[in-house]
Amino acid sequence: MKGLLLATAVGAVMASAAAAETIKIGIELGFTGPIESLTPAMAAGAETAIKEINASGKLLGGATVEPVRADSTCVDAAAATAAAERLVTGEGVKAIMGADCSGVTGAVLQNVAVPNGIVMISPSATSPALSTVEDNGLFFRTAPSDARQGEVMADIILDRGIKSVAVTYTNNDYGKGLADSFKSAFEAKGGSVTIVAAHEDGKADYSAEVAALASAGGDALVVAGYADQGGAGIIQAALDTGAFETFVLPDGMVSESLTDRFGTDIDGSFGQNPGTDSPGAAMFAEIAKAEGFDGTSPYAGESYDAAALILLAMQAAGSDDPAKFKDKVMDVANAPGEKIMPGELGKALDILASGGDIDYVGATAVELIGGGEAAGSYREFEVKGGKFVTVGYR
Amino acid sequence: MDVLNAIVALLNYVVVPGVAYGSQLALGALGVTLIFGILRFSNFAHGDTMAFGTMVTILLTWALQAAGISAGPLPTALLTLPVAIVVTAVVLLATDRVVYRFYRRTRAAPITLVIASLGVMFIMNGVIRFIIGPGEQNFADGSRFIITARQFKAMTGLREGLAIKVTQGITVVLAIVVVAALFWFLNRTRTGKSMRAYADNEDLALLSGINPERVVTVAWVLAAALATIAGVLYGLDKSFKPFTYFQLLLPIFASAIVGGLGNPLGAIAGGFVIAFSEVTVTYAWKKVVGYLVPEGLEPSGLLQLLSTDYKFAVSFAILVVVLLVRPTGLFRGQSS
Repeated sequence: MKGLLLATAVGAVMASAAAAETIKIGIELGFTGPIESLTPAMAAGAETAIKEINASGKLLGGATVEPVRADSTCVDAAAATAAAERLVTGEGVKAIMGADCSGVTGAVLQNVAVPNGIVMISPSATSPALSTVEDNGLFFRTAPSDARQGEVMADIILDRGIKSVAVTYTNNDYGKGLADSFKSAFEAKGGSVTIVAAHEDGKADYSAEVAALASAGGDALVVAGYADQGGAGIIQAALDTGAFETFVLPDGMVSESLTDRFGTDIDGSFGQNPGTDSPGAAMFAEIAKAEGFDGTSPYAGESYDAAALILLAMQAAGSDDPAKFKDKVMDVANAPGEKIMPGELGKALDILASGGDIDYVGATAVELIGGGEAAGSYREFEVKGGKFVTVGYR
Repeated sequence: MDVLNAIVALLNYVVVPGVAYGSQLALGALGVTLIFGILRFSNFAHGDTMAFGTMVTILLTWALQAAGISAGPLPTALLTLPVAIVVTAVVLLATDRVVYRFYRRTRAAPITLVIASLGVMFIMNGVIRFIIGPGEQNFADGSRFIITARQFKAMTGLREGLAIKVTQGITVVLAIVVVAALFWFLNRTRTGKSMRAYADNEDLALLSGINPERVVTVAWVLAAALATIAGVLYGLDKSFKPFTYFQLLLPIFASAIVGGLGNPLGAIAGGFVIAFSEVTVTYAWKKVVGYLVPEGLEPSGLLQLLSTDYKFAVSFAILVVVLLVRPTGLFRGQSS
């Protein structure tokens, strides 16, 4: 009799726990592929935001959020689409934090997110083409478009007194978009681009590509590629033949693996990646340290912000239905409202629950413009003594 | 007019890489041509044999590096190369025993053996990825340059630099030694002569008492040595990745066919023809021409015939043209 009572009691407790539902969020990043050295910190960033929300217990009256990881591969659109399909139909996620690289993000958006009405916030897809894609208001990104990065990179190069550069890009949506936007910005500002040549990733030898770049000439080489892939191969071949000594490194090239490989050989090279001097970045770095990952790793902060925005928008809409909370993403990200820093997600949930307004700042000073992409601030760095050293912010 | 700078630019971007790449292709093509001459089929598993030999070398190199043994300024891989050749030879002989011997005994048509080698290729493909993974491995150590571009500029005062990597030097030296040894073996030793006799006319060779199994065994051992050396040199000079070795199959076969299958001299010539075609057709000649023409007449375009993406298309095109115009190759090899 006593046992039966206990069982009933346990059953009742479990029933009430089930009533406060579990919301699943997909985290789709390239855990294998060209940016596999960046994605662990990105996923950890997103999961930290989710953990913080869960710890507060205030989301939609006590719902818990469960992250589900999936592999976007960064480059294989079919594999990324299949993985997203599984997240939506198999796991029943309400939103996807991802994908990472521009090509697969576009594929997942068009093939899975739009047909199923799922909200997607990418922390790192930066192709300008995604600004104009038909998304039914479902797609956002906490990373700025490369149209902006192209402008910033042109300014940085010209400010260093370099007037003529060669450009090589990895042959995909990201590389092409960045190379195009950089070329038009650089030429509009009075610089000259001697050549824009694509390179394929995954080759053993890039001496032929470098020979063409060297023949065109230029005072520096812009490498719009990946640090774990052809981008590093291009730099290796350029150093070997003495074709170029100064390299301009955009976001995809900013990885410890690059400085580990070349050390002081690339001293004097410089570039930029999304970053901010807002206090949020430092606060996030502290939180990340406590969680055991590197918060300054590229796109880790953007990932935290992307996951936080999804959940705060749910709270603002009072629902986990993507069709309802998709309209709230811009509201919580932008002014007016109380500024929310990393680690204050619980406070934000309280304000939203009581009908107040927030202006999410987060780790990367999020400000969504246009069709829902970050306005973008960049960290300018230089390689000194075989390390990336921050010069300033733009 | 600046002839010296033009020559140095040409050396740096075309001749030096072309010679190194040509030597690597020539060694690969020699292995293919040897198997074709003796066993009379195109061995599609040759690219993966190269990858296998290189993988063994890399694993042994890591072991030596962990033990703190190095070859000074030379890459440690040179020390482990002989052991890797032995391991690769054992594996090839085992595949011959398990796969090819059966078809040889039944006197199967060459196309059957070709398809069998395709199967061997896929299995080796998988085994290599299983052991070392599909990723890129850099195993070159020791000093990197014989002369760097910066040193060369300081030495000569020219505007163009010339860089020669240690690996490029080793490639050329080792290729010359290996080719000389191979030709000495084929022309001067009893076993070599019996191999050539067997390749020329199998029935006549058998009648004169040549042991066919012995010839086949020696051919596989030589193929293993050539494949491993070619693979290790390519990996040292560039980098090791199983997939790129698989892709090397095309330029290697193009080299062997251009030179004439079954003809060792042709394989070497074919290797250099293919390598220099690939490099010169995709090279942007703007810089070199710019130095040579009078001031003010510098070309504004890149003077590049084909973008570097079409590198593989070059070997394909040459292959097709040679097969159409002169199917036996430049040096009158066999055609199957």
